[in-house]
Amino acid sequence: MIQVVDLHKSFGHNKVLQGVNLRLKHGETLVIIGQSGCGKSVLLKHIIGLLKPDKGQVLVDGVDITNLKADELHKITRRFGMLFQGSALFDSMTVGQNVSFGLERYTEFSPEEIKELVKESLAKVGLIGIENLMPYELSGGMKKRVGLARAIAYRPDIILYDEPSTGIDPIRADAINDLAIRMKQELKVATIIITHDMVSAYKVADRIGMLYGGQIIEMGSPEQIKNSENQVVQQFIHGRAEGPIKNW
Amino acid sequence: MLTWSFNPLNPKMFQITKSPIFYLNSFLQQVGEVGLLFFQTFKNLFKKPWEKKIFIQQLEEIGVRSLPVVSLTAAFGGLVFGLQTYLGFHRYIGPGSETYGGPIISLGLSKELIPILVGLMVSGRVGSAMAAEIGTMKITEQIDALFSLGADPTRYLVVPRTLASLVMLPCLTIYGDIIGMAAGFFYNVYLMGVNRVLYIRNTLLYMELWDIMSGLIKSAVFGVIIALIGCWQGLRTEGGAEGVGRATTRTVVIASILILIVNFFLSKALPADL
Repeated sequence: MIQVVDLHKSFGHNKVLQGVNLRLKHGETLVIIGQSGCGKSVLLKHIIGLLKPDKGQVLVDGVDITNLKADELHKITRRFGMLFQGSALFDSMTVGQNVSFGLERYTEFSPEEIKELVKESLAKVGLIGIENLMPYELSGGMKKRVGLARAIAYRPDIILYDEPSTGIDPIRADAINDLAIRMKQELKVATIIITHDMVSAYKVADRIGMLYGGQIIEMGSPEQIKNSENQVVQQFIHGRAEGPIKNW
Repeated sequence: MLTWSFNPLNPKMFQITKSPIFYLNSFLQQVGEVGLLFFQTFKNLFKKPWEKKIFIQQLEEIGVRSLPVVSLTAAFGGLVFGLQTYLGFHRYIGPGSETYGGPIISLGLSKELIPILVGLMVSGRVGSAMAAEIGTMKITEQIDALFSLGADPTRYLVVPRTLASLVMLPCLTIYGDIIGMAAGFFYNVYLMGVNRVLYIRNTLLYMELWDIMSGLIKSAVFGVIIALIGCWQGLRTEGGAEGVGRATTRTVVIASILILIVNFFLSKALPADL
């Protein structure tokens, strides 16, 4: 479904991605782990077409999105739903308007149908009757859930989560993990989750890939990652300050 | 090539700064960015979906909410212009000639002073708000969210603002013309005792529709400049709250300077009368 081939990206002299390769199958959940600032979000932004690589390809069902014109790219990005780290809700709109944003603009649904779809999407993330609230009236966990409702309202094929557990307490983080698992089961979507929270990674992942030094240095099932012989992976998953990773 | 600059806080007193080529490069790059944004905005004007709701909101924000500040500046601009023309005619031509101040005030206000005052006021009030709003959206990933929902940020954010600014600046200018001319009339006729009938007759005799039209053309151009600079600065905001502050300040400075420069060239390019 998604294939990233030899992806390179630099910002000035800072080489962030140096030949990333990965593949995501239909209905699969791939978790990308790595240190803060190692380029996980940059990788995600390439996958959705927000950033153009210096070199390499991002193939979505065989179409290289790195060279598409804006209109063609927007058609493909509508197949994605993305939950942002800080939720990124439009703060000038109500919750209902946030969730219906894509539906109002790019579908032929009637206003009544859109209203129903908004309700349904919010109910899927466990929120009822909050359509008229403004984002500033919501807690951090609710914002994440509204962000997820907005991402799934359009019935995407692929959902991307950028650090879904950051900034919320462990119980809410686990609730978000459960939601991610439920979304995958109910909507049959492919999922990419970026995180450095290993508890979440083990719980939701079909496969885990570790990004380090601008490359995926290890990829495998949660069990394979737990038993990896790579010392960098072991240091990261056990959260040790001592080890081969020095640049913290 | 290296240049040297004086820096009193630096213990070495002098420091090496970047070469003029760097600054020229950076300037040309920024001109290119604005040009590209203008091109994209123009291209997106004709594409659906049209953001009618945002367009109407912006009409209100740019037009209706700028009325108090435009009223004040136009009124005092008209008063001071009336005062100086009265003094000028009275001192250099002689008593009785002040009735010719009417067409001078009308010409000066409608062609130059009101379009510039409206442009500067709106760039301070609306251009900076556009930069702050879009800049905040940028640093909180709302622009990325727009993109992820399949929306083109230029079509959604820049087009309605530019169009609303293009429509409302001429409206504000014609409103400012009326207030300014009324203020000039009030100063001359009611405060200084100039003959009312002659003042009105001379104004209507010498003033041409083109004088007002050329001011409206200028203000439409200023409207596009304000919206484009505000949106451009917002879209390139980086670095949190400090970055938003920088973007708003830059918007006001760049838009104001551009308005003054473009005004001169438009005054030269537009014919004096038709």
